[in-house]
Amino acid sequence: MSVGLAPYLTVAAVLFTLGVLGIFINRRNVIVILMSIELILLAVNINLVAFSAFLHDVTGQVFAMFVLTVAAAEAAVGLAILVTFFRNRGDIAVDHANMMKG
Amino acid sequence: MDMISVLPTYLPELTLAIGSIGVLVGGAFAGRHALSLVSGIGVLVLVSAAVLQGVAPHAVAFQGAFVSDAAASFAKVAIYLASAVAIFLGERWLSRSGDARFEYPVLILLAALGMGVMVSAGDLIALYMGIELQSLALYVLCAFRRDDAKASEAGLKYFVLGALSSGLLLYGASLIYGFAGSTRFVDIALAAQMGAGHAGVIFGLIFLVCGIAFKVSAAPFHMWTPDVYEGAPTPVTAFLAAAPKLAAMVLFARLLTTSFPNSIGDWRQIIAVISVISVTVGALGGLVQSNLKRLLAYSSIANIGYALLGLAAGSQDGIKGMLIFLALYVVDITGFFACLLALSRQGKPMETLSSLAGLTRTRPGLAFAITIFSMSALGIPFLSGFWGKFFVFQAAVTTPSLVWPAVYGLVMSVVGAFYYLRVVKTMWFDESAGETDAPPADARLIAFGAAAFAFPLVNVGLHWLELFAGTAAKAFGLA
Repeated sequence: MSVGLAPYLTVAAVLFTLGVLGIFINRRNVIVILMSIELILLAVNINLVAFSAFLHDVTGQVFAMFVLTVAAAEAAVGLAILVTFFRNRGDIAVDHANMMKG
Repeated sequence: MDMISVLPTYLPELTLAIGSIGVLVGGAFAGRHALSLVSGIGVLVLVSAAVLQGVAPHAVAFQGAFVSDAAASFAKVAIYLASAVAIFLGERWLSRSGDARFEYPVLILLAALGMGVMVSAGDLIALYMGIELQSLALYVLCAFRRDDAKASEAGLKYFVLGALSSGLLLYGASLIYGFAGSTRFVDIALAAQMGAGHAGVIFGLIFLVCGIAFKVSAAPFHMWTPDVYEGAPTPVTAFLAAAPKLAAMVLFARLLTTSFPNSIGDWRQIIAVISVISVTVGALGGLVQSNLKRLLAYSSIANIGYALLGLAAGSQDGIKGMLIFLALYVVDITGFFACLLALSRQGKPMETLSSLAGLTRTRPGLAFAITIFSMSALGIPFLSGFWGKFFVFQAAVTTPSLVWPAVYGLVMSVVGAFYYLRVVKTMWFDESAGETDAPPADARLIAFGAAAFAFPLVNVGLHWLELFAGTAAKAFGLA
């Protein structure tokens, strides 16, 4: 039994939506936002690999490798910025990132 | 063509890549004077990359992933020079504020490399890598002052929203790849022409456009801009407001004109709507601001709206207008921020509108420079901002469906005139708010240089700029 393209795209779309909602609805913790970003990139990778298998074209897998690498770099930079934020403010609640408004 | 024979086409980027890694390693061993040493080499690397780009042959490398043409040359020379100015301004500023760490020029070099890849991208993978290299460097630059709570908050906000926009962009790219069957712009155009997976490709294009609109801070994707501009260290804001906008707009133009040349009518509507919202938000949002960096953030949102109007025209004249507008805008905004860098009172930077009161009595030179930049942003004839708008509107009004957006843009530029005039009025007519510190020579040099360019030198150089931008616009192969 082989699974078609549609289920993969559906799973990816659900993960993508969860990731975007995670960024906007979550008001508590910046770490959760970092996890949501990873979820979005994961959805993209599922898309890319599924298309790659479906099209019998290796480009999608190469693209997925690049995305994985960049995701690691992005998480590193994000956590580093988060550490400086925590040192200055003493917590990482999203609602407390409000020094600038207007 | 193999990698060696096309080496001259990507030599400027290779120079930047090797240069940035070289100074990163070198800086670690340089000891006390690392910042000035690395900055000096960084400026040298950027200027030589700009020169190499000027003479680089126009060709396509890496199976179409890297395109070097007249448009890429035009944008890259401007980007590399603007980055060199950012290093020059930032190095002195960091030394004065006791934050002299040599990573600053290294990060600017990496961001410049990312922007170089962006404007040359001929493939979705190259597009993504360029954008990410640029963005990751900029996130760190925003939070560069580790002990400043505002800077780390700015960095955090920029990072979260930037990462979200990268995610949107990437999701769009994956859909386009799946439905068009290729990541290369020219092949996407071929697939779109044959009608392969039309709905999927359009769906992907919308995500991609949203992602890039975030990066150029076009409304309704602008919410990060005022906070990041206010919180980031001023030389970083000066850099952030200038070169990355030019890079992302050229990337935007290349993506739309190369991958979707047959559906200009479709994407024109999206771009025109984003443009109209941007000029509105930029003009109205700026009215209530008292912080000058926030004011300039709204000003930049409005300006991106005008640049998008040129892109929406989807014609050679439109792209030419957009390139001229952005090149002049880069000079103006860098000069404006250089004025802010030059101004301080008792060691504290003057960043609020009220602190500028009566500046013409205490610092007539800088007050005059700020007046020129405000008047230029306002679009007073024969200042540089006027010429930028002139070419954009000229292209927009000759496109039938863009006449009303263009008229609306003009009306909104009158609304926006209020806050520029308020800056001028505060400086010339209000009671002086006291003596200011002696302005540092470096910021003053850039401020006066940019002001002299904004008026009157632009009228001399305009002919050349128009010539270069015209050649660059031809590279996109539009009518």
